[in-house]
Amino acid sequence: MYKYDHYDQAMVDARVADFRDQTRRRIAGQMTDDQFKPLRLKNGLYLQLHAYMLRIAIPYGTLDSRQLRKLAHIARTYDRGYGHFTTRQNLQFHWIKLEQAPDILAELAEVEMHCIQTSGESIRNISADHYAGAAADEIMDPRPWAEMLRQMTSFHPEFSYLPRKFKICVIAAEEDRAAMRWHDFGLRIVKNEAGEVGFEVYPGGGMGRTPFIAYKSADFVPQHQIFSYLQAVLRVWNRHARRDNIHKQRMKILVHELGEEEFTRQVEEAFEHILRLGTDFPQAEYDRIAAYFEPPAFETGLRDEIDRSDPDFAVWLDQNVAAHKAPGYAIANISLKPIRGIGGDITAEQMEVVADLAERYSFDELRVAHTQNLVLPHVRKQDLYAVWQALRGAGLADANLDLVTDIIACPGLDYCSLANARSIPVAQKIAERFADPARQHDLGELKIKISGCINACGHHHAGHIGILGVDRKGTENYQLLLGGSGDEHTTQAKITGPGFDEDGIVDAVERAVEHYRTIRESGERFIDTYRRVGMDGFKEAIYG
Amino acid sequence: MKVITGNDLKTGAVIWWDGRGWSIHVEDAADAGDGGEQILAVEDAACRVNGGYVIEAERGLDGKVRPAHIKDRIRALGPTVRPDLTLKPADPDAGSWVI
Repeated sequence: MYKYDHYDQAMVDARVADFRDQTRRRIAGQMTDDQFKPLRLKNGLYLQLHAYMLRIAIPYGTLDSRQLRKLAHIARTYDRGYGHFTTRQNLQFHWIKLEQAPDILAELAEVEMHCIQTSGESIRNISADHYAGAAADEIMDPRPWAEMLRQMTSFHPEFSYLPRKFKICVIAAEEDRAAMRWHDFGLRIVKNEAGEVGFEVYPGGGMGRTPFIAYKSADFVPQHQIFSYLQAVLRVWNRHARRDNIHKQRMKILVHELGEEEFTRQVEEAFEHILRLGTDFPQAEYDRIAAYFEPPAFETGLRDEIDRSDPDFAVWLDQNVAAHKAPGYAIANISLKPIRGIGGDITAEQMEVVADLAERYSFDELRVAHTQNLVLPHVRKQDLYAVWQALRGAGLADANLDLVTDIIACPGLDYCSLANARSIPVAQKIAERFADPARQHDLGELKIKISGCINACGHHHAGHIGILGVDRKGTENYQLLLGGSGDEHTTQAKITGPGFDEDGIVDAVERAVEHYRTIRESGERFIDTYRRVGMDGFKEAIYG
Repeated sequence: MKVITGNDLKTGAVIWWDGRGWSIHVEDAADAGDGGEQILAVEDAACRVNGGYVIEAERGLDGKVRPAHIKDRIRALGPTVRPDLTLKPADPDAGSWVI
């Protein structure tokens, strides 16, 4: 993985020193909250319901054991012993003290981490396929490109005061595991007929109150021109964006208002101009960064057979383990969705267990998935049983990946000052309703996603079953949506009808699921059945 | 009644105006009447509170102060999904009165 050079380290250290001084001045009364707020937000420090919340960037979801142990240390020393992984592959601590925040940033800088651009009108943490570098189906590791773009866009003056936040995602496989088309700027690495590497480009996606799926603006942008193309997109957005209305500032709104054809035309015009400026990175710089992402030294001649005699292990193996590009290796997914637990939450002790496993069994690498789970990307198949046993000992061996209980849920009204309704209790009640492992496996892949407000941090627009919490005259109410997806066949979920209270929404979900079970054809997932039959039958089953 | 709440500037803890200063316990909250904004201006200038605001609340027969909106009831007690992290984890009523 990427290692800071002295420029990176100097920049991050300088930022910590700046923030330490700013915090001192705020506490001393030399700055008002209005003056201080944009400064703390630029360092990922929000004020939430119960305390300050610190959002830590995990670039393209890649961590090593040293970093995860540091996060465990921070959880234990400065927070309340746990952290929360988000749908942007970040980690949040929800009980931070302002007076300690500079010390935490300094601790993070020791392990090459920071909170820069995790808030505000900036280019946010760049996300990637969480199987990057390991997936059997990828063309190449997308992370060098994500890192290149991260470096080119961090502190870039033209991108420091964007009209609104801007989210980039890079994948390199046909299967989209990263909800790429729900981003402002989605990239898929492809090869053309000559075998050259380039990008399919998908601008204009995003969730929130006005969801749009990104469209394809270019079939093939040569790899060494991608930064110019990104600049062209941002330049068109910067030129036209509605800075007078926060609800119309995201780039997706501009794409919608201009139309895809006109937006593409203007981007291509700007692209042609920017290309001539020669601002793309030189090959040598790409090579320097790509060298950090060289595959680990995989052993050869390993056995592919796995002893499946332990039935519980066999269930986990079938559900949570994915194919790896190297023979004899596998990708092990760690579910952070235990029944009655809180999705995405992980204790300091669990972080240390996972860090130990990454160090011992996965070339010291691990990944954060946007689904709020963790991944050990490079595990020898012969080590999977030992890994599973250690995970089970730490309460991390739930065999429910992509099943009905593997629910994405934002922190909701239990933590978030923007939320209108709680998300976590709804996720817990649904998980409990479907807790029977046999029932979960019989239902197969079924992605439920819950947001506590219209900002859609819980990705409800992309849920096979989506749930949106709203405030109805001071009480929590939940809208039910069906038919969304964040995969390579991205679709936007549709609202079924009137909302439900907390218990009612659980019953409604069960009625939808049972309807699917009744009418599904052989091999059909929930989303397949929905696409085949449409909304009407489901609506009738839900509302009677 | 009208109650003043906000977050402690240094720690971020949820705090309630008790008539003389700030308490972390909602039951200490005092009725600020129409003077809430004035008190907040003074306290904000003195850097003792961050993001302060005035809310509606009611005092029950048991004397406990109950904020009118669920968001402030959750702020007052803690996350409903983590009873171990509420202000009064030993309180058998913890969690139930929030909603």
